Amino acid sequence: MPKELEPGSHESPDDSSSTAHTLELLCHLDNTAHGSMACVAWEPTGDGKKVISLADNHILLWDLQESSSQAVLASSASLEGKGQLKFTSGRWSPHHNCTQVATANDTAVRGWDTRSMSQIYCIENAHGQLVRDLDFNPNKQYYLASCGDDCKVKFWDTRNVTEPVKTLEEHSHWVWSVRYNHSHDQLVLTGSSDSRVILSNMVSISSEPFGHLVDDDDLSDQEERRPEEKSQEPPQDSVIATYEEHEDSVYAVDWSSADPWLFASLSYDGRLVINRVPRALKYHILL
Amino acid sequence: MAAAAAGPGPGSGPGDSPEGPEAEAPERRRKAHGMLKLYYGLSEGEAAGRPAGPDPLDPTDLNGAHFDPEVYLDKLRRECPLAQLMDSETDMVRQIRALDSDMQTLVYENYNKFISATDTIRKMKNDFRKMEDEMDRLATNMAVITDFSARISATLQDRHERITKLAGVHALLRKLQFLFELPSRLTKCVELGAYGQAVRYQGRARAVLQQYQHLPSFRAIQDDCQVITARLAQQLRQRFREGGSGAPEQAECVELLLALGEPAEELCEEFLAHARGRLEEELRSLEAELGPSPPAPDVLEFTDRGGSGFVGGLCQVAAAYQELFAAQGPAGAERLAAFARELGGRYFALVERRLAQEQGGGDNSLLVRALDRFHRRLRAPGALLAAAGLAEAATEIVERVARERLGHHLQGLRAAFLGCLTDVRQALAAPRLAGKEGPGLAELLANVASSILSHIKASLAAVHLFTAKEVSFSNKPYFRGEFCSQGVREGLIVGFIRSMCQTAQSFCDSPGEKGGATPPALLLLLSRLCLDYETATISYVLTLTDEQFLVQDQSPVTPVSTLCAEARETARRLLTHYVKVQGLVISQMLRKSVETRDWLSTLEPRNVRAVMKRVVEDTTAIDVQVGLLYEEGVRKAQSSDSSKRTFSVYSSSRQQGRYAPSYTPSAPMDTNLLSNIQKLFSERIDVFSPVEFNKVSVLTGIIKISLKTLLECVRLRTFGRFGLQQVQVDCHFLQLYLWRFVADEELVHLLLDEVVASAALRCPDPVPMEPSVVEVICERG
Repeated sequence: MPKELEPGSHESPDDSSSTAHTLELLCHLDNTAHGSMACVAWEPTGDGKKVISLADNHILLWDLQESSSQAVLASSASLEGKGQLKFTSGRWSPHHNCTQVATANDTAVRGWDTRSMSQIYCIENAHGQLVRDLDFNPNKQYYLASCGDDCKVKFWDTRNVTEPVKTLEEHSHWVWSVRYNHSHDQLVLTGSSDSRVILSNMVSISSEPFGHLVDDDDLSDQEERRPEEKSQEPPQDSVIATYEEHEDSVYAVDWSSADPWLFASLSYDGRLVINRVPRALKYHILL
Repeated sequence: MAAAAAGPGPGSGPGDSPEGPEAEAPERRRKAHGMLKLYYGLSEGEAAGRPAGPDPLDPTDLNGAHFDPEVYLDKLRRECPLAQLMDSETDMVRQIRALDSDMQTLVYENYNKFISATDTIRKMKNDFRKMEDEMDRLATNMAVITDFSARISATLQDRHERITKLAGVHALLRKLQFLFELPSRLTKCVELGAYGQAVRYQGRARAVLQQYQHLPSFRAIQDDCQVITARLAQQLRQRFREGGSGAPEQAECVELLLALGEPAEELCEEFLAHARGRLEEELRSLEAELGPSPPAPDVLEFTDRGGSGFVGGLCQVAAAYQELFAAQGPAGAERLAAFARELGGRYFALVERRLAQEQGGGDNSLLVRALDRFHRRLRAPGALLAAAGLAEAATEIVERVARERLGHHLQGLRAAFLGCLTDVRQALAAPRLAGKEGPGLAELLANVASSILSHIKASLAAVHLFTAKEVSFSNKPYFRGEFCSQGVREGLIVGFIRSMCQTAQSFCDSPGEKGGATPPALLLLLSRLCLDYETATISYVLTLTDEQFLVQDQSPVTPVSTLCAEARETARRLLTHYVKVQGLVISQMLRKSVETRDWLSTLEPRNVRAVMKRVVEDTTAIDVQVGLLYEEGVRKAQSSDSSKRTFSVYSSSRQQGRYAPSYTPSAPMDTNLLSNIQKLFSERIDVFSPVEFNKVSVLTGIIKISLKTLLECVRLRTFGRFGLQQVQVDCHFLQLYLWRFVADEELVHLLLDEVVASAALRCPDPVPMEPSVVEVICERG
């Protein structure tokens, strides 16, 4: 990648809130020594001063100083192994006080501790082919979703990485992006180059496997509704909806940070589609 | 009496006509009766319960007892006219005359009798008088005799009593003599070994001795006897224990001992203990044959020996026991049953151990014959000892062995299948090393199929022995029903086909998924094998099984259709996996070629890149490989004029090439619009879609996967002008060669156009190459 393209790529999220029209170069992450950059990720919480960037086989932790105008390389680690190892994607875990980062290279998923910059876990052959994207469950600290070129979406418990907790095989081509809903982590969004977006309901491995338990207690005075609730109790993981509005490969999907029921997907032909979670499901989750 | 003859009177009978001289004899007799009755004052009417006739006291009745001639005459004279009087007078006269003559006749007739009777009476009177005298004499004589006799008996009384006493004493003495002699006799008998005789003597004397044991002498005898008896019993027991004598002799011993009054219970125990000793000996010898290191005789010989030695012995024991201790009732029977159960259990354990050694392999027919013998032999004690459940246990063992046998065969079939697969792998790997084409896939497939089928048939034939008619257990319900349907059909055949499908499927989800583990050709071959099974082999094998085993069981069995569906599903999965694996191989090639190249600073294309040629070569190879096993399949009907069509279709892409100047960033809307409009009219391409069972579909799948990969990889790169041109050349080349493999060549065109368009989008300076130049380069390459 040409170097001049890179600053823009990581500045836009930072500045979009303040200046909508012109982009201003705040600082430059100097990566000349490390090769082309594949991914940049901010610390999810905290003061926004830490950035991880993945370049070829290096993982670099930057410290942004002097109101983000200067980036200092705080620490780095590199992946050693035979052949050319390249990171394809990375994700900062929102748990553990933001000390964990997960990265993907080829078919493996690795976890890193940012304090020591050492590897804490490694899922070899997480996918049959290239791993394209990762996402952490925002409510369950050890749960991680990954997707890749084998058309599968896999859910992992990072404490036991020998077997995936769950595997979805709904797409018919590479899955490029996977995202947990920020507040209701049973909702999982995936985008694929078969030009479909799929919204799945992974109740069984979510943080609310039995629905809203608090509500259940509130309703306890209404004797009638309880058996009904009970009958729905064993929830099934299912595909909620498949969105086929895109004509070409979908490369990115994400949830709205403002409205938890809103999500957008972007495809190759430049089409951005915004969808809502189906109303019935929304009420089912809320009530 | 004469009056009866002349009785015309009305009193002669009840309701009789007065005139009855010519009456018949019975009537006359009745009349006579009537007279008698009259005489005794009984009226006939009364006697007969009938109203009385004319008054018997009527004085006018001629025949009446109270006849009064005067009254009668008066009456006649008064009542009758003269004529009648005359008549009656005449009549009367006539009657009188008749009566007179009758009387005369009677007197004449009976006169002699009277005289002789008188004489006789007179004589009798004389005789009686004589006899009376004699009787008197006799009486006196008798009195004298009685007197004498009394005197004699009085005299003899004393002596008689003494004689009687003497006789009694004599008998007693004889008994005593017997008793006194008893010990010596017994001793002698014991010495001679005539135990039976001794026991009989003892039996005779025992009660007496028992009764008089308070007398010292008898007591001594009894003591002696007891000592001898004890010795006798001991000897008997000794003989009993010396196992040398056969079971019948032992039985005799026990019989004698029982007669000696030995406690039956104890004898039972001893008898059984002894029998146990012998049977255990048999078991030990059997066990020795088992041995830790088996140079063991074959299983048939083993069961034979066990049958004749142990089972025969058990039969004898049981029979003898039941004969001897029949009096013991259910408790004794129970003891025997427990005994038989225990020993039988041990015998079974041995047999099972032996049979387990046989499980490893070996001859089925021998095993079945051995089992048959085993089962047959155990029927005899089974009948004898129903309570011990030996026959049932034996049947159970046979069933278990049969089941294990089935499992063994299933295992064998699986192993054979895996062996076949290994062979195929080797065959697939070997020629590649030699660098030449090995045996064709079709040939390999045929080999595998026939080898598996022959294994199945061999297994069926082997298992079929269990149900042969002449085998004694084949008519047990298990072998008639469950064995055939659940065991053979479900367990063996269906189980094998299922496991075969599973084994094949396991190749699909090998954890590596890189396809390195399984050669793709093997996947293809297995897929074809499963498909063949679906179409023919499964139904053939199942029909064969059903015919051979005449399944009568009603339990549900897996229908052919289910199995076929499973096989088909397996075949489909394998083929799909094959497509994925092959597609992945080509994809990797394409991806590496796109990712590793620096497209910005590439030179102007002179050649088609080598990797594209390689892709075409590989695809052709795959085409050949699939063509060996699968039919051609259908294409869209447009290949009649394919060369021209290629060209014309290409011209459309060339047309797109002409649009290329509009790919400049100045007019992005147009290109987007263009591609979108184009896509509106083309169907969405499902890349990893399930494939059909034909060559075209398989190749289409592989090419789709490869081209889609190419497309996605191209989109991740940035191209210089010559980079774009190189892509153009490559795509044209692919187009030239790939169209003939796929079902719908439109698909190839579409994807390749998409690749070129994407490359153009990723190019800051999109100047496409002249189509004619592209063609020249491609034709040259």
